[in-house]
Amino acid sequence: MSAHGERTFGDVVLRVDDVSLSFGGVQALANISFEVRDGQVLAIIGPNGAGKSSMLNVINGFYHPQQGTITYKGETRRQMKPHHAARQGVARTFQNIALFKGMSTLDNIMTGRNTKMHKNLFWQALHMGPARKEELEHREFVENIIDFLEIEHIRKTPVGRLPYGLQKRVELGRALAAEPELLLLDEPMAGMNLEEKEDMSRYVLDVNDEFGTTIVLIEHDMGVVMDISDHVVVLDYGRKLADGSPDEVRTNQLVIDAYLGVAHD
Amino acid sequence: MEFLTAIFVSPFIEIYEYPLFFIEVVLGGLLAGVMYSLVALGFVLIFKASGVFNFAQGAMVLFAALTLVGLIEHGFPIWLALISTIIVMIALAMAIEKVVLRKLVNQEPIILFMATIGLSYFLDGFGQTLWGSDVKVLDLGIPNAPIEFLGILVNQFDLVAAASAGTLVAVLAIFFQKTRIGRALRAVADDHQAALSVGIPLKTIWAIVWAVAGLVGLVAGIMWGTKLGVQFTLTLVALKALPVLILGGFTSIPGAIIGGLIIGMGEKVAEVFWGAAFGGAIEDWFAYMLALAFLLFRPQGLFGEKIIERV
Repeated sequence: MSAHGERTFGDVVLRVDDVSLSFGGVQALANISFEVRDGQVLAIIGPNGAGKSSMLNVINGFYHPQQGTITYKGETRRQMKPHHAARQGVARTFQNIALFKGMSTLDNIMTGRNTKMHKNLFWQALHMGPARKEELEHREFVENIIDFLEIEHIRKTPVGRLPYGLQKRVELGRALAAEPELLLLDEPMAGMNLEEKEDMSRYVLDVNDEFGTTIVLIEHDMGVVMDISDHVVVLDYGRKLADGSPDEVRTNQLVIDAYLGVAHD
Repeated sequence: MEFLTAIFVSPFIEIYEYPLFFIEVVLGGLLAGVMYSLVALGFVLIFKASGVFNFAQGAMVLFAALTLVGLIEHGFPIWLALISTIIVMIALAMAIEKVVLRKLVNQEPIILFMATIGLSYFLDGFGQTLWGSDVKVLDLGIPNAPIEFLGILVNQFDLVAAASAGTLVAVLAIFFQKTRIGRALRAVADDHQAALSVGIPLKTIWAIVWAVAGLVGLVAGIMWGTKLGVQFTLTLVALKALPVLILGGFTSIPGAIIGGLIIGMGEKVAEVFWGAAFGGAIEDWFAYMLALAFLLFRPQGLFGEKIIERV
């Protein structure tokens, strides 16, 4: 059951079609296809090494699949490129937190505005004129995100010094700063305690509700997954096992076998 | 005994007896140190943004100075020669990114370091092939006579050099701390993948960093070239930047400046007051000894980010 109750979604924003990816002899993804609809929260689940992170890396262009296509906002591509993806409204967080450790929370989130700032190099180098005004506008936007995520108290702290849970929140903030249309979250709640997980779940749902952001997330905590997602894709050994609503997936025999193990006779 | 006196007693007596002379030496040393800082600055910029120690920085200093002098010799007015050299340095940076760096994305830093060694030889040779290898005189009309100020003699040229270095550092500091590109530069230095994920184009950023390092090299080339003449030994000036970097930390712009000042002042004072005890020529090795001491006791430098390694 979804926390949102009955929900309706828009058109397909992202379609992954028959994607295969291998590293040398290791098949990370094999003929994966699925769709994400506008406004949906889609969870990708599966045991360790199932290819979940690889899937996100294909979507935002870090990995280039050997086969298949990715259709994003009506445009079909063999592969995405990271900074194009960013410009097209795809933002993401990482499993192992990839923040700019030497920079403050504020500066980290400001980098998320990177694709939104356009004033030319000349004004920027002088730090005056239109570039300065632009900087201030973006600063305001970022302050709103900081309020939203309740991290005012660590605005000026270098993120390398923050505890893990807060770093995850800052990373989410940086992704939100890009005003993403598609947000990819790689294990946003890994390593968190119950309270932190609840906070993070609330932020994810709020983002989805308030801004209509489409979200694809990877998560291990089944309670969380069943609570917040509208749709679940299950991967195992690079193959897709199931694809459906949380309830359908929960009762799927293949999924149960993959998670609990099955006796082979 | 005599040796110990020469180290621990006589220099201090001398300083006490001629305080003005001491101040003059300190000041002269500080101003010379600014020149070291200028070279060190180029290293810091590239190290900050790509984690690469750019061995070719010295060659870039020489190349910039050679190009400038060469153009002036071909009858360009100074302002036009300056602008053209700036354009050449920017083009050079873009070429380096395209031909060298782009092929080496995601390689170990040591591989990139070796590439810059190759680059350094190429630039040395290329510059001298284009403009010849004679010692050239660079004269931009900066006055070079000492002036007296409150009874202290100061070289005007050194003052100009210090002022240019100060301006350069101020501009760079603002550029790094306050602008989008500066933030992108720092982001790239911290984490390539995360930088890509927020849409920072790695290639553009690298080209910009190398261009800025090239321009800093040009300023250093002008200052050193005016002082020593434009010639091959300019590349060796870069060696003096190494102890400056070790003192100041590889990642800190203020560190490069203060490191340069300490080294410049230290070696002048050591040479003048302690030189006799060691038979002179302290200036040649003082900086390296100081750097060695720092490596032993504070390897991250005065301002560098503390290295914490989880084992």
